Amino acid sequence: MNREDIIKPENFVYGKDPLVNNTPMHYCPGCSHGVVHKLIAEVITSLGVEEKTIGICPVGCAVFAYRYLDIDWLEAAHGRAPALASATSRLWPDRLVFTYQGDGDLACIGTAETIHALNRGERMTIIFINNAIYGMTGGQMAPTTLLGMKTSTCPFGRDVKLHGYPLNITDIAASLQGTAFVARESVETPASILKARRAIRHAFENTMNGIGSNLVEIVSTCSAGWKKTPVEANKWMEENMMHYYKKGVLKDISEKKN
Amino acid sequence: MDTKDNAEEYMLLKGNEAIARAAILTGVDAFFGYPITPQSEVLETLSLLKPWETSGMVVLQAESEVASINMVYGAGGTGKKAFTSSSSPGVALMQEGISYMAGAEIPGVIVNVQRGGPGLGTIQPSQSDYNQATRGGGNGDYKVIVVAPWSVQEMADFVDLAFELSFRYRTPAMILSDGIIGQMMERVKLPKARKRRSEEEIARECPWAVNGHGLKHRRPNILTSLELDPKVMEQRNIQLQAKYRTIEQNETRYETLYTDDADYVIVAFGSAARIARRTVTMARAAGIRAGLIRPVTLWPFPSEAIMQVASHARALLVVEMNAGQMVEDVRAAVARLDGKRIPVEFYGRMGGMIPTPEEVYGALLRVREEVSK
Repeated sequence: MNREDIIKPENFVYGKDPLVNNTPMHYCPGCSHGVVHKLIAEVITSLGVEEKTIGICPVGCAVFAYRYLDIDWLEAAHGRAPALASATSRLWPDRLVFTYQGDGDLACIGTAETIHALNRGERMTIIFINNAIYGMTGGQMAPTTLLGMKTSTCPFGRDVKLHGYPLNITDIAASLQGTAFVARESVETPASILKARRAIRHAFENTMNGIGSNLVEIVSTCSAGWKKTPVEANKWMEENMMHYYKKGVLKDISEKKN
Repeated sequence: MDTKDNAEEYMLLKGNEAIARAAILTGVDAFFGYPITPQSEVLETLSLLKPWETSGMVVLQAESEVASINMVYGAGGTGKKAFTSSSSPGVALMQEGISYMAGAEIPGVIVNVQRGGPGLGTIQPSQSDYNQATRGGGNGDYKVIVVAPWSVQEMADFVDLAFELSFRYRTPAMILSDGIIGQMMERVKLPKARKRRSEEEIARECPWAVNGHGLKHRRPNILTSLELDPKVMEQRNIQLQAKYRTIEQNETRYETLYTDDADYVIVAFGSAARIARRTVTMARAAGIRAGLIRPVTLWPFPSEAIMQVASHARALLVVEMNAGQMVEDVRAAVARLDGKRIPVEFYGRMGGMIPTPEEVYGALLRVREEVSK
C-alpha cells in the first residue's frame, strides 16, 4: 500500500481546520499555543462565524497569532487587548470578539484593562494562556510564576520576600459580577484538549449570544522557557502548575445572564 | 437636544460642549474618555445627551486614558469613527496608543484641552503640549495631524475636519485646544445632522477595516504596527514618510489678518491668536502696521506662508502660552529666506497664566523699538 492508496475521502478521519493556514508556526516544540490556535479555529468554523469574528492579538509569543488563522485581526499594544475588544464589541454587537493573551500581557501590564473590561461585562471572550513565564523575551519571571520556580529574573527561584505571590487572576475574574463563564483547562492530553475545546466553544457561544464576559485560561507549557523537553514540560506542569492553578469551571452563570 | 432641524440655530455653548454636540451631529460612532479638568464636560455632555438612544453613538467612561486611546484604536481599526478627549497629563498617557495607531495606520481623533505642566501642573490653560503634539509624542518616526481651534465655533467645526483628515490619510488626528477654549462660552452654529455610516458604507470606504465583513470574498484584514524584518520595516517607514509629505503638500491650513502691508507680524495659534488679534487692532489704531498669521494646522506647519509674510515684514513676534515651542518652527521657516535676516522675537506666559492684549502690545512695541534702532 502506498501513500496515494491511503489519502482517499473514505479514509478521512481528521483534517486541519480551513481557518488554519499553511504558514509555519514560530512556536517552539511542545508549546501549547499551536494546539489552542487550532481549537479556536475549529470552534469558529463549527459555529459558522468566520465572517463575524474579530480577533485581538497580544504582545508576547502569540503576537503573530494573526499569521496563522485566516480571520480578521487587530494587533494590540502590550496588555491593551481588552480595551480594544470593549470598543470593538460595543460597536459591532453581532460579531464574535475575542482576545488572545498571555500571562504577562493579561495579568501584569494589562491588569487594569482586563479587570475593568471583565467587570463591565463586555460581550467578549478572553483566551488566557498561562505558562508562568515570559516566553517571547526569553524566560523572565511572570506574575503567574510559581514560588520557587527559576526564571532568568529570579534565577534562585521566586521568593515571596523579593517577588510577592503568583497572581491567580482567573480566580479574581470569577469573582467579578460582569463575568458569565470562567474556566481553566489545559491541552497536554487528548482528553484535556477536548475539555478545552468545549470551554472555548461555550465562551464563544456566550459571546455570540450577548452573555457577559467570558474567560478561558489554558494552563500551558513553555518547554523552551522552562528549559525542559516537551515531555518533561508536560510532566512538570501536571506536577506543579495544576496544584496552584486548579482546572475546571470556576463560574458559569450563562443561563442567569441570558 | 432636538437633532432634527437645528442647522440654522445658534447655541451658547462651552467649547467642550460644542465638541460633544458636533460629534453626535456629524455621525461619530463612539467616544471613550476619562475625567480630567478642564475637559470633563465632553464626557458629561455626551452622557447627558444619551446619543446611544438617537444616533446609536457609543459613549463609554474608560478606566484610564490608556484604555481610552486603546478603545479608539480598537474602534478605528474596525473602520468606526471614534474619538477621545483629555487634558495634558492624560494625553501624555495616550502617547503609546497614538504611536501604535500611526504605525498600524488606524484613524481616530484625540482632543487635548491643554492645561499647564509639567507633571500634574495646573488646571489652568496652557499651550505647552505643542512639541508633544507636533513631533509625534510617542516612540518612532511618525506625525499626527494637529488642528488648533481658536473659538467655540471651531471646536464644533474641527470635529468633522479632524475625522475627515484622519480617515483620508488613515492616521490619527488631534484637536489641540486649551482650557480657555474648552471652558469659555460663545455663540456657535452646530453642523447639520447626518447619519452614522452603515456597515456597507464602512466596507466601501474602509476596505482595510478589521470587521469580518465580506471575509469569504477577500483575504483577512490584519492591522499591526509590528514587523521584525528590518528591510520590510524600513519600507513601511518610507511609505509612512511619503504619506506625511503628501499631507504637508495638501493639508496645510492657516489664516492671516492684515499681513499684506504689515511691518510687524504676530504668529500665534489657538487662544494666543485670539488675544493677539486684539493686539493687532490696538496697534493699527495707533498707526502701527501690525498683522497676524495664525497656523490652523500645527502639523503640517504653514512654513511657506510664514516665509511669504516674513519676506516683506520688518520683524515677527511669536506669542504662545508656553516657554517658546512653535517659535522654533517659525525660526526654521524664516531661515529659508534667502539673504534677508528677519528678527523673530518671542513673548510667552507659562503655568496657566494668560497674556493680556495689552501685554502683547507692550511686547510688540519693544520689538518695534529694537528693529528701529
